[in-house]
Amino acid sequence: MMVRFVSIRMARGIVTLLLMVTFAFVVLRVSGDPVRSMLSPETPAEAIAAFRKSWGLDQPIWIQYIRYLQAILHGDLGQSVRDGRAAVVVVAERIPVTLQLTVPALMLNIAIGIPAGLMAALRKNSLTDRILMTSAIAGFTIPPFVLGLVLVLLFSVELSWLPSGGSGTVAQMILPVITLGIGGAAVLARFTRNAMLGVLGEAYVRTGSAKGVPWRRVVINHAFPNAAIPILTIIGFMIGNLIAGTVLVESVFSWPGLGSLLVASVLSRDLAVVQCILLFVAGAMVLSNVLVDLLYGLLDPRLRSGADK
Amino acid sequence: MTDIPAMPSTMPGARKETRRSPAVPLSIKLAFGWLVLMLLIGVFASYLSIYDFKALDLKARLVPPLGFGGDTRHLLGTDELGRDVLARLLFSIQMSLLIAFGATVIGAVLGTTLGFLSAHYRGWVEQIVLACVDFQASMPFLILALAVLAFFGNSLPLFVALLGLHGWERYARITRALTLSANSQGYIAAVRQLGANPWRIYFRHVLPNIASTLIVTMTIAFPEVILLESGLSFLGLGVQPPLTSLGNMVGYGRDYLTRAPWILVAPAVVISISTLSISLIGDWFRDRLDRTP
Repeated sequence: MMVRFVSIRMARGIVTLLLMVTFAFVVLRVSGDPVRSMLSPETPAEAIAAFRKSWGLDQPIWIQYIRYLQAILHGDLGQSVRDGRAAVVVVAERIPVTLQLTVPALMLNIAIGIPAGLMAALRKNSLTDRILMTSAIAGFTIPPFVLGLVLVLLFSVELSWLPSGGSGTVAQMILPVITLGIGGAAVLARFTRNAMLGVLGEAYVRTGSAKGVPWRRVVINHAFPNAAIPILTIIGFMIGNLIAGTVLVESVFSWPGLGSLLVASVLSRDLAVVQCILLFVAGAMVLSNVLVDLLYGLLDPRLRSGADK
Repeated sequence: MTDIPAMPSTMPGARKETRRSPAVPLSIKLAFGWLVLMLLIGVFASYLSIYDFKALDLKARLVPPLGFGGDTRHLLGTDELGRDVLARLLFSIQMSLLIAFGATVIGAVLGTTLGFLSAHYRGWVEQIVLACVDFQASMPFLILALAVLAFFGNSLPLFVALLGLHGWERYARITRALTLSANSQGYIAAVRQLGANPWRIYFRHVLPNIASTLIVTMTIAFPEVILLESGLSFLGLGVQPPLTSLGNMVGYGRDYLTRAPWILVAPAVVISISTLSISLIGDWFRDRLDRTP
């Protein structure tokens, strides 16, 4: 059943989130005594004891862990050391700014990657195929920060067509979105090509063309929908890469999103904010996996009817 | 690796082998050549450069490279403290390769060991390892790495160990699956009947049989570790001055993008060509090994 399928996936998503929280807790505790890092070394012993008691640090570690989980479930993720506001608020106001880059970049991935992969697969071993696949390899091996800087050098410094950084206008979005989108488009193009080549060798494609269905319709109605399932899986994976990519790309283009916030918080060791971003990213990953699973159900009737578990 | 033709032609199957393998494309030869060059630089960096990579020469600041107004004293120019870019580049290549090698080996050893453990004990040990595998695979590693750096601060051994955590889940997954299938085969049962202890079975008998798959995984992980290292160093969160790495040079050259682009161009080119070469060779190997039609 579809419901069963989705609920199993949701349960796994919750386990992932729980592991993320645990990871943050363990790393926080292992990295040093929280009292030592919060209070100055001259603090008298009684004050330290009182502090430990008020924060529950005198309790056994598993009680601390449960309290920590309770606090997180109540949305209490601590305060930013740098500007004193709640970490959740600091992170939340950066989310739309980052989405302005990631959403167009994902669309760019799909708009370039899938047609390029289809074209390469349909003309396997032709000149078009070779050119497309060679540029795809180049596209995903060049690190985003190098690509970004090359684009800045070319379009901002030499040609002065586009601004080299900042946010707010569409012109400022172009270079970062391209930088972020190219790598994923290249990965998707290669993957689409392979998936299509696999499907084009199937018996139903041969049957279709043998019984006189126009080739265009065979590709659009029979081959591509079957290749779409593995392609969807890879798009799900690419969301993680996009999030990681924003860290570098936002830094190159001084885009004030989550990535810049993460780098700044790591440099100033603003742990509450870092932890909040970790949880947000984990949540985004879980959400995108659930979405991918739901789309599987739409694309693959076998999953809906429960024939394939 | 290209020494295969040296196989004596009297060996059975030698002719078949040469007929089956097509000529090596030029791009692959170039890629191999580049990687060999990088390895040589990695090993002999300190003998190759005339200048110390840390030596300042304030009278020769921001000298452009040869051919762009510079001279033969500084082939790739100097940075804003008058340090020779070529010397820094050579040392950076060595540093980046060392870190990537170290991290790849750590990841492989850790992952393989966990894979063996989960295949040996099964039960809850296996479940925990698998849950961690899922977790690691679902989170972008760059974000996790940044978080660890925020919590622990930065030092070179910690940084290498941290990068070593990248990709361990792949080795663990592969080792577990392959060990489970090996365990059901005759030779393992035979060794077990002879009374060998588990560690002897895994490291002397199973490991050699799954090593080729693990090595392929390492070649995939290696360029990823280079990219990760350079990305983190670019952000100023990886290798710390006075040491330098390729990403570090790019990140630092960014501030002089308009005045002295050569500081950044040389390391950026080296990173891109190296990862491109490894990908090309990896693809070529996979095409040759994959005999399925």
